Amino acid sequence: MEPRTSVIEKRLININRIIAVASGKGGVGKSLVASSLALHLAQEGYRVGLLDLDLYGPSSHIILGVKNEFPTEEKGIIPPVVHGISFMSIVYFTEEKPSPFRGVDISNIILELLAITQWGSLDFLIIDMPPGIGDETLDVIRYMKTSEFLVVTTPSKVAMGAVSKLLNILIELKKPVLGVIENMTMMDSSFIEQEVKRLQIRYLGKIHFDETLEESIGKPDHLKETKAMKDLRVILKKMKL
Amino acid sequence: MHEWALAESIVMATLEEARKEKIKSITQVIVYIGELQQIEKEIFLFALRELSKSQKPPIKKDAFILKTEKSILLCKNCGENWKYSDMKKKLNETESESIHFIPEVVFVHTRCPKCGSPDFEITKGRGVVLSSIKGVQ
Repeated sequence: MEPRTSVIEKRLININRIIAVASGKGGVGKSLVASSLALHLAQEGYRVGLLDLDLYGPSSHIILGVKNEFPTEEKGIIPPVVHGISFMSIVYFTEEKPSPFRGVDISNIILELLAITQWGSLDFLIIDMPPGIGDETLDVIRYMKTSEFLVVTTPSKVAMGAVSKLLNILIELKKPVLGVIENMTMMDSSFIEQEVKRLQIRYLGKIHFDETLEESIGKPDHLKETKAMKDLRVILKKMKL
Repeated sequence: MHEWALAESIVMATLEEARKEKIKSITQVIVYIGELQQIEKEIFLFALRELSKSQKPPIKKDAFILKTEKSILLCKNCGENWKYSDMKKKLNETESESIHFIPEVVFVHTRCPKCGSPDFEITKGRGVVLSSIKGVQ
């Protein structure tokens, strides 16, 4: 019998809201939105956790400039607090080496992380999801029953094609979708907005392409001052976050 | 004390199973410990006993029987079988500790000893498994 599933609910019981930042497509800026959202909430005085579940290509630690940190052992593992965020990632255990995991391994890692991580009391746990509707998405839906989804796309028709599939499965499974953020916009177009509204999902707004953003990667204090962050704050205000 | 969290999952799963089976008092719980997870048995047993106190249904103090399971790995590429214990010496302390926390990172820190492939599987002895429970109904 698999014992770890029995303890997950207890580990998450003192977390007020779980927001999974997801997309059907890779490279749309999920990690940046997830990290920026966590930074914003921490700045607002909330108790925030960030769980990077992109197990093949974790990148939240790069965005937040996390170095030489490791969880402490105390009746499980307690994530280190970085820039006011309790931050958990597979990267503590993989040392930036390639991670050749198959599906069953992915599910085992997620179960292990959820069973042994002691988050304590949080107002928000933000999850940086990998792209698509594979094991990680299904496991979050299965084991983190209160999770809400914040979906990210780019203005690309190709991205929206994959994002529509994710939105459709979330609708089918009756999971709460907070809305869709259109990231890295370069010109005015209402294509994404129309597509999102057609699915009766809330279109949250645009984050304009910010050519200076790359310079702020690894420097959270700079990141907070970027144009992209300003756009995100407008969206988050709309969402009452 | 990462063992504590795993012991907690065993105790909660035991209680869940006992309630399902309408067991009023739990007398025996067999737990397999996969070698890969490198659990400190004494700490784990201490945690199991501490966490079992004052539970409903009650769990007998000496109910827990821990059995170690050798970790067997199988290469999907060349079919080689090997034991984790055979390769453990080649790992440094950090790698070994990482596998202790998340056994699947064995795919990150080791390779098939025959062909060098990272594409292998853990066929036995991954981690902690609740094998069986007995009690009075």
